[in-house]
Amino acid sequence: MNLLVIGLNHKTADLEVRENIAFADDKLEPALKDLLSIEYIHEAIILSTCNRVEIYTNVDNQDRAEDAIKDFISRFHCIDRVALDRSLFVCKKDEAIQHIFRVASSLDSMVVGEPQILGQLKDAYEFALNRKKTGILLNKLLNKAISVAKRVRTETRIAENAVSISFAAVELARKIFDDLSTNTAMLLGAGEMAELAARHLISAGIKSMRVANRTYSRGLELAGQFCGTALRFEDFINEMEYVDIVICSTGASSYVLTKTQVKDVMKLRKNRPIFLIDISVPRNIDPLVNELDNVYLYDVDDLQGVIETNLEQRRAEAAKAEAIVKEEVAAFKSWMASLDAVPTVIALRERAEAVRQEELVKAFNKLGVVEARTEQVIKTLANNIVNKLLHPPTVSLRTEAADKDVLIELIRKIYRLDNDE
Amino acid sequence: MIFKPIYLFELAITFYFASMIVSVTEIFRGTKTISKLMISFAAIGFALHTSNMIARYISGGYLPIASLHEATAFFAWCIILIFFFLELRYQLGLLSSFVMPMVFALMLLSSVLPRSIKPLPPLLQSSWFGVHISLAFLGNAAFAMAFGVGIMYLIQEKHLKSKHLGGLFKRLPNIQVLDHLNYRLVSLGFSLLALAVITGALWAQSALGAYWRWDPKEVWSLITLLVYALILHVRLNSGWRGRKVAILSIIGFMVVLFTFLGVNFLLDSSHSFFREDIK
Repeated sequence: MNLLVIGLNHKTADLEVRENIAFADDKLEPALKDLLSIEYIHEAIILSTCNRVEIYTNVDNQDRAEDAIKDFISRFHCIDRVALDRSLFVCKKDEAIQHIFRVASSLDSMVVGEPQILGQLKDAYEFALNRKKTGILLNKLLNKAISVAKRVRTETRIAENAVSISFAAVELARKIFDDLSTNTAMLLGAGEMAELAARHLISAGIKSMRVANRTYSRGLELAGQFCGTALRFEDFINEMEYVDIVICSTGASSYVLTKTQVKDVMKLRKNRPIFLIDISVPRNIDPLVNELDNVYLYDVDDLQGVIETNLEQRRAEAAKAEAIVKEEVAAFKSWMASLDAVPTVIALRERAEAVRQEELVKAFNKLGVVEARTEQVIKTLANNIVNKLLHPPTVSLRTEAADKDVLIELIRKIYRLDNDE
Repeated sequence: MIFKPIYLFELAITFYFASMIVSVTEIFRGTKTISKLMISFAAIGFALHTSNMIARYISGGYLPIASLHEATAFFAWCIILIFFFLELRYQLGLLSSFVMPMVFALMLLSSVLPRSIKPLPPLLQSSWFGVHISLAFLGNAAFAMAFGVGIMYLIQEKHLKSKHLGGLFKRLPNIQVLDHLNYRLVSLGFSLLALAVITGALWAQSALGAYWRWDPKEVWSLITLLVYALILHVRLNSGWRGRKVAILSIIGFMVVLFTFLGVNFLLDSSHSFFREDIK
């Protein structure tokens, strides 16, 4: 029983390779079947996402299994083995446990702490589980990985903060306004990042979206996408009385919004807070605007700074998470060790020996003084009974069998070897 | 009675102390368990505190808000009461970290003041007594809360303006709800204090034959009322919001504290609870 992880991810292979090796949903089932037809492989899970393709297996002969799995990938995707080998990584034993725990906890992700990976891992596991491609080792390991991920999520703040400019804007809006569903936003100009921020605001539940573009038709088109309304660019300043969030990205070479203008707007707004996001380079809103009360102006650098702070926090939290993973790997290792045959045989023998000694003492106490020969016969009798009863399970445990792990678990259970009486 | 009132007070203050320690811990390490622990301690403290007040009521025969010891504790009790309401309605992050230290400070002050239960002077034996004082302290408690919320607003606004979003930024609530609450609390406190002044005037008329006697407590209560009237005025009529109002409500609370304690310790007033409390 050996854990073997083979795969590739954003760290070991570039996108082109990852695309070629990804397993499409409808290919997963035949792929798993194919894998398990290899004689050294007893259990398998395939995790295939846009950032990683990883195969988790329980194998007998690690070297041969490794070779066989690599062959399988190369065959399945019609890719040259040599080229493939360069992109693949291999983890064995403790490293493999640690790897799976880290993947589940999103410590191995491109954006550390992103939440999707755990769901993807669960899906991959359930897919294999439902088709009976997993057994005692992978079941235990994956369930543990999921609980480790949850522990990391609750005990650290690894996934708490926004790490993209557009999400940072939403995060800030939530600290300025109480309930975004009562707020209106305005998109001034257009641009990829500004549109993305607008989209995030909409999915955060903003009440409505206005679009002011120098090209009115383009504004209409964007407004259509956002289920919002378009207005002429010249009118945006009048509209600012009614909108609470302005995302500005016009590509103008000078300020389109000055401090005096915003000051007048604030009077009309009766100082209701306004959040201005200036994503344009060069900047379109005079930075001095931020000095006004109840006006919160963030430009690209400010948002970048927010992300940096968040990333720093994530890194600090990741260190805590690694410590948790380390602890859990150690716990899992000791469980795996208990599955090993030798300690089970020893434990079984010790248990039997204890019973034998106990019963002999009881018997001799009842008999009182006996002849040396009688004593010898009784001792031999006890010995033989113990040995003969223990012989078959010992032999079974020592034979290499495919279902040995099940057998060990069973013997430990029926003899209650893990319970201290 | 199983407990003497004195033990109930000590137990209550102990639980408030525990709650304060937990709530201050929350500033550095906020988890759900910690907030639950804080709320539980505060609730137990509040229950003990209430029992203490009932016990004193039974043995004294009047609402336990007559001596400075009782009044200070009652002030703290009102703050907790409002805090629980806010906690139920808004669940603002870290509110307790700003409220519990205030509660504990008041209780600590109360604990060093003489605790004896004396017969109520004939002048105070009136049905106005409970109404007038309860209204005044509930009003003060609302101002205390507005003070706490105002500080929270200033910290959070500082984070947003300076663009340094470390520290308490994640755990403090949004500034809009803080500003809104500040307004609600100031309005509430103003109404209650105004009613307290009115009931006080009516009481004075029936007991002493004059509505207004320019007693320092009366003067300072009027000043307090005017300060908060100003805060409400600039908010409603001049469109002041956020930072400026938060600062004003902090100043307002300083006036409240002076009216409550300063007048008693520094000036001679007929509102001085039991005179011998203060030396």
